[in-house]
Amino acid sequence: MTPRLVRVLLWGGLAFLWLPVVLLVGYAFSASSVPFRWGGFSLRWFAALAANDRLLEAAWLSLRVAAGSATLAVLLGGATGWVLARHGAFAGRSLLGTLAGAPLVLPEVVTGLSLLLLFVALEGATGWPAGRGALTVLLAHATLGTAYVAVIVQSRLATRDRDLEEAAQDLGATPAAAFATVTLPLMAPALAAGWLLAFTLSLDDVVLASFTSGPSGTTLPVALFSMLRLGMTPEVNALATLLLAAAALTLGLVGLLLRGRD
Amino acid sequence: MRVALRLVPGLWLALLVAAPLALVFVLAVSWQSNGVPPYDPPWAGQGTNPDNLRLLLEDPYYRASLAQSFVVAALTAGLCLLLAAPMGIAIARAGRWRNALLAAVLLPFWTGFLIRIGAWIGLLRDEGWINAVLRGLGLTQDAIPLLYTHGAMLLGMVYAYLPFAVLPVFAAATRLDPVLEEAAADLGATPGHAFLTVTLPQLFPALAAAFLLVFIPAAGEYVIPELLGPPDATLVGRVLFQEFFQNRDWPVASALALALLALLTGPILLFQRLGRAQ
Repeated sequence: MTPRLVRVLLWGGLAFLWLPVVLLVGYAFSASSVPFRWGGFSLRWFAALAANDRLLEAAWLSLRVAAGSATLAVLLGGATGWVLARHGAFAGRSLLGTLAGAPLVLPEVVTGLSLLLLFVALEGATGWPAGRGALTVLLAHATLGTAYVAVIVQSRLATRDRDLEEAAQDLGATPAAAFATVTLPLMAPALAAGWLLAFTLSLDDVVLASFTSGPSGTTLPVALFSMLRLGMTPEVNALATLLLAAAALTLGLVGLLLRGRD
Repeated sequence: MRVALRLVPGLWLALLVAAPLALVFVLAVSWQSNGVPPYDPPWAGQGTNPDNLRLLLEDPYYRASLAQSFVVAALTAGLCLLLAAPMGIAIARAGRWRNALLAAVLLPFWTGFLIRIGAWIGLLRDEGWINAVLRGLGLTQDAIPLLYTHGAMLLGMVYAYLPFAVLPVFAAATRLDPVLEEAAADLGATPGHAFLTVTLPQLFPALAAAFLLVFIPAAGEYVIPELLGPPDATLVGRVLFQEFFQNRDWPVASALALALLALLTGPILLFQRLGRAQ
C-alpha cells in the first residue's frame, strides 16, 4: 500500500547518505595526492596516516577521553535515570529531571561556552582545574553523556514495573540485594547502549572540545577540524575507511550477540 | 542512603549544568576587560552592564545573524523532513528488511561527523569529484564553484541531520495500525489518497518532533557553516565563536548564547511536550 514515490524517495535518500561514504572508501586506495581523483591502486595514504604522529596522538587522547567520559556518564547517568524512575515523588524530582534533560536540547555552542565559563570561574576561585586540557574535555563530555544515559536508563526502567524488585524484597532480599540482583540486570542493556552512545558522542565532538580543551587537549575531531579548514587530504579518506571498518565490525558483533540472546 | 543516592546526581548536575548556565547569565551583564579571565563581573565594582544585550537588539549585524540562523535551521529541518518522512515510513513497512534498512541509515554515521563533512569538501571543490563528473559529461567547461556557498552549507546540514529526522518518523510509523489504511482502501480510496488522508495525519506529531529535533541543534550549528559555507554565512554559532575566540569578548559571546537560548525556548518546550505525548 506504500505509494511508489515513497519507495523511490527511500532509495534516493539512502543513495544520498551513502554516496560520499562509498567514494571516500574507494578513493582511500587511490595513489593520487588529490582527494577523489583516481591515480591507480595504492596503500600510500594508510602508510602516511600511520606516520602522522600528530593525528595518532590526538586519536589516542580521544579514545582515552571517550572511554573515561563514557564510564563516568554511565555511573552518573545510570544513577540519575534510576532515581528518576524508581524513587517516586521526592522534593526536587522535577528539577533533577529538567537538569538531566537540559544538555539534550541545549545547542552545543551554549553548553560548550557555559562549561568553559564554569572551569575558568572554578580555577579562579579554588585553583582547580589548573588550566584546561584532557580532564576538562572529559568532564564536558561526561556531562553530555550523563544526560543521554539518564534518558535511556529511565525509559528502560519505566517499561518494567516494580513488581520484580518488590517480589525480591518480599522473599527476604535486602533493598541493596534486590537492587544488585534484580534492578541492575534490568538496567544493564540500557547502561551498555548508553556507554556506547556516550563514547561515540565524545569521539565525534568538536564544539565542546574546542571550548574546554586548551592547547594540551587536542582531540582527534579538533585536530581533524583544523586540517579540514585548509581543505581535504587523502589521509582523511584513509582514516574514514578505517573508522567505517571498525564501526561495521562492532555493529556486526553487537548484532550477533543480540541474535544469540533471542 | 536513598537520599544520599539522590544527592550524587543532583550535585553533579547542579555543578555541571545549572552553575554553568547561571554563569552565562552573569557574563551577559559583565564587562569586557584586559585581565585574565577577560571580564569583570557585576560585583567587581562597575555594577551590571546592559550594553551587551542592548547591542544584540540594536546592532543589525547580530540581529541579521540570529535571523539567518533561524532561516537556515528551518530550511534544513524542512528539507530533512521531505526525505525523512518517506524514508521512515518505507523502512517501517519493509518487513524483514526493516533492520537492514535502518542500519543502512545509521551506519554512515559511524564514519564520524567531521569526516563525512570532509568528504563533501572533496566532492564539491573546483577540482573535486562532482565538477570532474560534470566536465566528463560535457555539461561544463569551467569548474562551477560549489564549495563555500550557501547551497553547500545547506546540503551539508541536511546530510548531517537527516538520520536524526528518520528515527522519530520510523518509530511512529511502526506503531501505525495497517487496518485503518485497508479500511480506507475498502471504502474506495486509491493508495495515494489513503496515504495522504489516513496515514500521514496520524504521523503528524512524529513529523513535528522530527522537524524540531533537527531545527533546535541546527540553529546553533557552528562546524558545517565554517567548513562548507561562504564567509558571509554568519550564523549565530559562528559569530559566537568569533566573539569568544578572536575578539575575546566573553560578555558579548554570552549575551549571544542567551539570545539563542531565549529564541529556542518555545521550540524546546514544544519538542518536550511532543515527546511526552508519545
